[in-house]
Amino acid sequence: MALIERVTRLDQTKAWLGEIPIQSRYTVGIAGERFFREIQEHGRFLGTRCPECDLIYVPPRLYCEACFAHLEEWVEVPTTGYVYTYTVVHQDLDGEPLPEPRLLAFIQLDGTDGGLVHFLGDVEPDQVRLGMRVEAVFKEKAERRGSILDIVHFRPVKG
Amino acid sequence: MSRDRVAIVGAGMTKFVRRAQETPKELAWEAASKALESCEMTLDDIDAVVIGTAPEAFDGVHMKSEYLSDGAGGWGKPVIRGYVGGGTGVFSVIQGWYHVASGLFDTVLVVCEEKMSSCQPHPQGAFLTIFDHTLERPLGPNLLWIFALEMNAYMSRYGLNKRDIALVSVKNKRNAADHPAALLGDPNITVEDVLNSEVLAWPVQRLDVSPISDGAVAIVMAAESVARRVTNKPVWVEGVGWSLDTAYWTNRDLSYPTYVEEAARMAYKMAGITEPRKQIHIAEPYDPFDYKELHHLEGLMLFDKGKAPEATALGITQRDGDLPVCPSGGLLGVGNPIAAAGLMKVAEIFWQLRGEAGDRQVPGQPRRGVAQAWGDLMQVGTVVVLGI
Amino acid sequence: MKEHVYDTVYLRSKDFEEGRVLFETWDPKARYAWDAGVAIGRFLAELKAGRLVGRHCPGCRRVLIPPRMVCEHCFLPTDAWVPLQDTGTVVTYSLCYITWDMVHLKEPQIPAVIAIDGASPGMGIMHLLGEVDPEAVKIGMRVQAVWKPAEERTGAITDIAYFKPVES
Repeated sequence: MALIERVTRLDQTKAWLGEIPIQSRYTVGIAGERFFREIQEHGRFLGTRCPECDLIYVPPRLYCEACFAHLEEWVEVPTTGYVYTYTVVHQDLDGEPLPEPRLLAFIQLDGTDGGLVHFLGDVEPDQVRLGMRVEAVFKEKAERRGSILDIVHFRPVKG
Repeated sequence: MSRDRVAIVGAGMTKFVRRAQETPKELAWEAASKALESCEMTLDDIDAVVIGTAPEAFDGVHMKSEYLSDGAGGWGKPVIRGYVGGGTGVFSVIQGWYHVASGLFDTVLVVCEEKMSSCQPHPQGAFLTIFDHTLERPLGPNLLWIFALEMNAYMSRYGLNKRDIALVSVKNKRNAADHPAALLGDPNITVEDVLNSEVLAWPVQRLDVSPISDGAVAIVMAAESVARRVTNKPVWVEGVGWSLDTAYWTNRDLSYPTYVEEAARMAYKMAGITEPRKQIHIAEPYDPFDYKELHHLEGLMLFDKGKAPEATALGITQRDGDLPVCPSGGLLGVGNPIAAAGLMKVAEIFWQLRGEAGDRQVPGQPRRGVAQAWGDLMQVGTVVVLGI
Repeated sequence: MKEHVYDTVYLRSKDFEEGRVLFETWDPKARYAWDAGVAIGRFLAELKAGRLVGRHCPGCRRVLIPPRMVCEHCFLPTDAWVPLQDTGTVVTYSLCYITWDMVHLKEPQIPAVIAIDGASPGMGIMHLLGEVDPEAVKIGMRVQAVWKPAEERTGAITDIAYFKPVES
């Protein structure tokens, strides 16, 4: 049957190489603009609070996903938290080995209902524990550009 | 088949802009919260959410409706995404309709969003894959080719000239001057402006084309029992239809959108419409290009084949004409954030039938309107008939 | 309905260039190896040999180009390869002065849909026209493929350099 006709000569079939030639440019948004400017200028984290649901969103959001209210109450939140979960990354996106394994964690921030995904530093992989207390380490102000990478990593809180 | 009656009870939208600062989620929330507010409902009142948004590549986010879901009110709710390319905005209403008509849900929030400005250097980069990767892309196409080829086939078949078609662009951009969300409204634009604009891919010139835009639109749909409780002006979904032509676009009749006719026949049958030209009072056909409005009016059987340009020249499709067409200003005037633009058309019919269209209100208290969108690989027709 | 419109924040191009707005960019590196497949694989091999071929549907008896293994009208497997001519008729065309990323072209590209002789009515493919004054192109014009020299063909649609007008 024609539908399953076999290609018997390899030169009769081929793969066609091509690409989708785009670059994505993402604005950080209304809430994101204020969050990242605060990191850039002051090395501080801001959240937005929903008084109705009693939630503090970090990263901050323009609206509450639970009740849909416009969130207008901005609060400064600590740059400390604890390791909610983590992983040790050994390969890059293309599957190549990394020179050094990297620690990636979700950090639940103190006093909030949110947190950040970021790197852990100043700690060996076998020393990391769930619940470990950590704090954000920021780049020097001159090097900050209003990005998640203005935070170098989170490191264990001494003592 | 027994079905519950379904109404649209609320609508809201963002301004359509060339580049929004908002994230796509934030745009979705802006429109969705406006729609809920318009009918004094809260997210608690919503049973399910339909999200419409076109290719991932525009916003640059994969699993785009899942990403949008919290801004679209989908947290903890049944959520579905519809995607038929440019036809999505109207198709999302069809999905919302069958969610409710089936009896599964009493209320559905339909949210359509697009942020094309994220896609650099030009959203065409994402559109290029509509051309076959082996047979067509090696020729170095741009998206305009397919429209220019279709427009030329249409003009040639019926002996039309550019001036006949440019009238659509003038009408819609003038109409949009009265739309508070419009990106490209212009009360003073003339046919000469269109004819003198830059030639992109002849016969397509700059002002024949709708602008790349960011924006979101949302509507609230409800079963009859709920609709009568929340509003004294429900707008009923009387008919829905959709149809897809072959993906081999070079094998199609490029001068007539058969797939739109098929979609319209399905919707009209459901709505009990036997004479669309008498029974439909207002139309929002999809107009990403000026010739497409004409093409689609013919596919919707509101004019004979090749006769929509003449009707346009006679003023029949003006806001105060016998059949107002794109009183919103359409994609050419309000803007074209793909999925959102289609839903904007449905919202426009909603506002017009309720007599709430403000400066754009068409005279004569229209009682029935049709909205239509087009897209996928330039082969889908999606049609919704609304009435009061 | 003005009260139902949210006042979105509008940015200008220079807000990005001059750093007034924060943003991130990402290159998705979306590179693909698309398999040509059975029908188009054979079609490409025939192009390399300097021939155009179509497929026959046993249901509607149409000869289809581009060739496909299933007729989408009849939903039947197509059953035979049919040699076609390399001549045809311009169904529609455009004079394109711009690239996909909005770079202006001085001389237009002339994309066209060309109905290929030997295939059923309405069966066209997209290609480019050449060796023609853009102003002289007409719908209904008869054209013929201009093939690249055999040694330059790679089994691609571009093995046909373009179609040029021929006397009807």
